[in-house]
Amino acid sequence: MKTKLIRHGSDIRHWKFIRHSLERVLKMPFGWNRPLACCGRLPACRNVRRQVAAENGLAARSTPFQNTLLAFALAFAATTAHAKLNVVATLPDFGAIAEEIGGDKVKVTSIARGTEDAHFVDARPSFIRVLNQADVLLEGGLDLEIGWLPPLLNAARNAKILHDAPGHVILSRGITVLEVPSGPVDRSMGDVHPSGNPHCWLDPANGKVIAASAAAAFARLDPPNAAFYEANLKTFNQRLDAKLAEWTKRMEPLRGLKVVTYHKSFSYFLERFGLELAGTIEPKPGIEPSPTHINALIPRAKEEGVKLVLVEPCRPRKTPEYVAGSIGAKLLILPTSVGGNAKVKDYIDLFDYDIGQIVEALKP
Amino acid sequence: MPLQAQETNQLEQLKKQLQEMQQNFERTQREQQRQIEALKKQIEEFQKPPPGPATAPPPSAPSGTAAASSAAAKPWSPSDPIPLLGGQRSYLNLSFDGLFTAGTSTAKEIEGLTTGGHDPKQRGFTVQNLETTLEGKVDPYFRGLAALIMQIDREGESFLEVEEAYLESMALPANLQVRAGQFFTEFGRQNQFHPHSWDFVDQPLVMGRFLGGDGLRSAGARVSWLTPTPFYSELYLTIQNSHGETAHSFRNENEGEPFLGRPSEPGSVRNLDDMLFVPRYVASFNLTDSQTLVAGASGAFGPNGTGGNTELFGVDLFWKWKSPRHHAGFPFVAWQTEAMLRRFKAGAFAEDADGDGVNELDLSGERLTDYGLYSQMLYGFRKGWIAGLRGDYVFPDRKGEYESIAGPDPDRASRWRLSPNLTWYPSEFSKLRLQYNYDRRNTMGDDHSVWLQFEFLLGAHAAHKF
Repeated sequence: MKTKLIRHGSDIRHWKFIRHSLERVLKMPFGWNRPLACCGRLPACRNVRRQVAAENGLAARSTPFQNTLLAFALAFAATTAHAKLNVVATLPDFGAIAEEIGGDKVKVTSIARGTEDAHFVDARPSFIRVLNQADVLLEGGLDLEIGWLPPLLNAARNAKILHDAPGHVILSRGITVLEVPSGPVDRSMGDVHPSGNPHCWLDPANGKVIAASAAAAFARLDPPNAAFYEANLKTFNQRLDAKLAEWTKRMEPLRGLKVVTYHKSFSYFLERFGLELAGTIEPKPGIEPSPTHINALIPRAKEEGVKLVLVEPCRPRKTPEYVAGSIGAKLLILPTSVGGNAKVKDYIDLFDYDIGQIVEALKP
Repeated sequence: MPLQAQETNQLEQLKKQLQEMQQNFERTQREQQRQIEALKKQIEEFQKPPPGPATAPPPSAPSGTAAASSAAAKPWSPSDPIPLLGGQRSYLNLSFDGLFTAGTSTAKEIEGLTTGGHDPKQRGFTVQNLETTLEGKVDPYFRGLAALIMQIDREGESFLEVEEAYLESMALPANLQVRAGQFFTEFGRQNQFHPHSWDFVDQPLVMGRFLGGDGLRSAGARVSWLTPTPFYSELYLTIQNSHGETAHSFRNENEGEPFLGRPSEPGSVRNLDDMLFVPRYVASFNLTDSQTLVAGASGAFGPNGTGGNTELFGVDLFWKWKSPRHHAGFPFVAWQTEAMLRRFKAGAFAEDADGDGVNELDLSGERLTDYGLYSQMLYGFRKGWIAGLRGDYVFPDRKGEYESIAGPDPDRASRWRLSPNLTWYPSEFSKLRLQYNYDRRNTMGDDHSVWLQFEFLLGAHAAHKF
């Protein structure tokens, strides 16, 4: 009996192993020139099986023992081939979107927590282990993770997720980046991100770009489930579109509203819903507020009629409270990431919660 | 028609033609200008975020060719800064770090008080370390790093040293990683950290005494294996040259001075036994979402310059709590401890200085065992502010035979130090640190020192490992 085992992508080792085992057990050499056993998952494979069946009537000529063995071998190959895609996301927001797209076909681990300052995540050694096992790495890019991801990637020694590997996905690609410095940048301006503001997931429309990038990566790395990811992407986009229409309607009366934030974390959110940033509590990115800056900010914000001060859960409260009190604005502690508080469990929750809080706070 | 009139007519015609051409040209120019304006407008429209529920442009190949739509593709001009950080052409990341101290001490000889090569050397100012780091991807297989340091010694002389220069594999199979070149030995925790990332002004006493003033580093190769345990753990094996002043407890010439009572000669490598072997195992556990523990055990084995060999053992522990709602990494509490043991098998040494056939000095081989440990606690209480306390203790197992002849050796005598400090980071790129040291040396008495350290960093901020 002449056989050929067709291999798919990275399954080559399993196939070699199966072929070797079959050769040993059946004590007959398998040629590579005639196709016989194949997983049948791809159209090409199904054709091969049909062709083989037509040519030599495999089922009729195989012994039950051979059939059992082949079935076992194929089942083994199928389980390993269908092992879940191991996805690591730098932020819980990317992780939440990956879960929407990947469903039960992926296992998602997020590195940063929703409550913490995403610029200063500790490169805990356990993440080396996590990245070592990853099939896909979803990172925001725009230097958001520059302080902690590079040493983890260096230590993880995983070729699948190195820069420019198919498993390394930079989610800010394809997004219209805000606050890209147009002139020269240096550190006297604070820790300005030279490629622009990295907090891009806070525009729900960008959520769709992120989801599309994730779906494309999953389909590329797990072609048998490409249709599944495509369908999930469609469902997610539909849900998000419906929600976006609702959020836009709720925020419509607030268009043009002036706000003060701590860090420029909310820029994408403000841009989407037509709110205006009147100033930040930190004088420059990453620089702590000084009394001079606060004393200048308060009268300016008062003059501009700022009604809202937005602060992420990780920031100190004392100065924002003082600023909000002095200008007669409402202070809101709003999560900027999934998991930022107990009520924000997925990407849509994040905007439901934040927009609900804003609308509630400004009710006449 | 007279000739003159004919000429005038031709001239008129030519003038007319020229006028027409000029008008044509101006019309074309206006048209083109209009088209350019329209195109510009279109581009601007295109770059604006889509209003309302936008349809996301699905990136065709997110990890490959697609570029961020707004990464302004502006042609480079000579007056632009060279993009070393965050640019698209990142062949080499360059950084420069300057570390200095100013202060004073009650000790007569400050060099005897401090054990580290980068420690404050004198009353007044000390240039502790000027470090230039070059780092980048070599090719698809390796990344490379070079740390070149300059120091200015007590006499005001500048000197340059190659602290590290190595290449490291990026993704070998079987979870292996290889590093080769000149590099800090993977022994204990702090030995691999460069002085600007230390939490105190000076080096712990035990590190200076056992690993040397400049830390244990040498030319060699290291292989590490990320073990397949459910928690993080890694096994390292380093083989390096065992000679030179950066292999302090091994084949170190010690600038011609006796080392533990005997002359120390670097000799030469005859076989594999003459190399330095350093195994290390490190594991880490997440105790809670906010607490991390890293524990390691190391050994270093090699010949020494007195004809015997040296064994170094070390255990290290690092625990850190960081608030789940930290703001720029604060608040946090971190505790770090290392304990080391050195077994120095000193060779026999006899000296007949006057050549009368009778040895004035006759030392048999002996085993000199020393211990040392330090423990430090840091509390980052608000953004940029850290309070620290470190305790240091080094002591011998018992007096060596040579010490009963030559008197107690300050390199073995027991001593301890207590160092509280306060650090302020105005940003991640600068630092001010005030430290007080209380030193108790059993041979010399008590000393008090106060040091103010300051640092600046230019260029790419290399992310530190945990």
